[in-house]
Amino acid sequence: MKREPGLIRPKDAAPELKRVERRLLLKSGLSLGALTMLTGCNLADGDDVDRALFAMSRFNDRVQAFLFSQTRLAATFPASRITNPFRFNAFYDEDDAPEIDASDWKLEVSGLVADKSPWTLARLRAMPQESQITRHICVEGWSQIGEWSGVPLHLFLKKIGADTRAKYVGFKCSDRYYSSIDMPSALHPQTILALDFLGKPLPTEFGFPMRLRIPTKLGFKNPKYVASIFVTNDNPGGYWEDQGYNWFSGS
Amino acid sequence: MSKAAAKTRKGRSVIVHPLVVRITHWVNAFAIVCMVMSGWQIYDASPLLPFVFPPTITLGGWLGGAIAWHLAMMWLLIANGILYLGYGLASRHFKKSFFPLSARGVWSDFRSALHFNLSHTPGVYNAVQKLLYLGVLLLGILAFLSGLAMWKPVQFEWLAAILGSYPSLRWLHFIAMTGIVGFVVIHLALVIIVPRTLPSMITGRVRLDDETGVHHEA
Repeated sequence: MKREPGLIRPKDAAPELKRVERRLLLKSGLSLGALTMLTGCNLADGDDVDRALFAMSRFNDRVQAFLFSQTRLAATFPASRITNPFRFNAFYDEDDAPEIDASDWKLEVSGLVADKSPWTLARLRAMPQESQITRHICVEGWSQIGEWSGVPLHLFLKKIGADTRAKYVGFKCSDRYYSSIDMPSALHPQTILALDFLGKPLPTEFGFPMRLRIPTKLGFKNPKYVASIFVTNDNPGGYWEDQGYNWFSGS
Repeated sequence: MSKAAAKTRKGRSVIVHPLVVRITHWVNAFAIVCMVMSGWQIYDASPLLPFVFPPTITLGGWLGGAIAWHLAMMWLLIANGILYLGYGLASRHFKKSFFPLSARGVWSDFRSALHFNLSHTPGVYNAVQKLLYLGVLLLGILAFLSGLAMWKPVQFEWLAAILGSYPSLRWLHFIAMTGIVGFVVIHLALVIIVPRTLPSMITGRVRLDDETGVHHEA
């Protein structure tokens, strides 16, 4: 397709991004280790339009990091506002959600941390727990109010001796999902390693045994079935982020 | 002006659209088309009403692509909007072009337009035009504020709180879009009915001999 350099034309982009999307679907089985590229690499790999969009998305990451305040809290709600039933959402059907055996589950810790010993569920339960009733906002536009409780991530990071001057905290999950957040968001008081939903251990469909609950980011930045946490200075990207969703996606 | 007076100035042209207005108009047209089309694609991921926008009239290919477009074009629209609003206020363009505006004036000009009996002076908007341009400006501001609150409901919680709950922000944004698209439809229909308004939006000029006497223009 002939195109003047640097000119963004809407009608050209739709089929090309569709092509990217198809290509991405083929790549979605790729392991994290094989992804040697940056976040949003697939937009970056594309033509001029994709590259311009990718650059703007990185610009938006910086703007959002600038706007983010560690002391500004997401709105909380009374129990009467909790959405019931709560919606299952993943890149696969509910039947395919991983069923994890709590007895042999261990949370791996790696990267720029002092103590890399794995964590059992009992050890996480022994940590101080925080509860919140907040709105979970999906990138698709719908939102629901739920109640989560668990270990504040900032306490966990302190406990494992994480280098909190590092840029990113990454999450790898038992369902091939992965994501990452910026350190200031990781240290936000409402960012928790959630163990409970509605006062009971997380049900299978909502991420048993542990998920990230971060009400200052969109839903897809709240990975479920977290198996491993790592601290790094190299942006680990994410399952959707690498396909073109904005990486920061803060609220 | 009278026919006699106009005749003496035959062949001369006057600037009816200042350069800043023309530039921001066309940048705005491009940005709005991108915002609306990518917005429709975003809407389709979780429709508010029992219909979706056909993929052929959306932009982005999928939700991620549409959001990338929407949040990139947002900056072009903001920069352009600041330039336009800044110019409009500083040069008194708004004051001169959109005011005074009265309900009586809108009604009488609307009736005149329907009877193809509306007088026209180059560079002067009739009351119906004033109302539509002011209205779409306010809709643009509503779209901007509801969009900003939806993008950053925590960082701009005060704004989100003024405008309502998170779901109502989506509705406000959708309603603002509908109003803007409605304006564009009317705007384009009028350009088709009176095509000679189009070149002046590019050159900025109207030849006075084209504009003599009473014109049948809405």
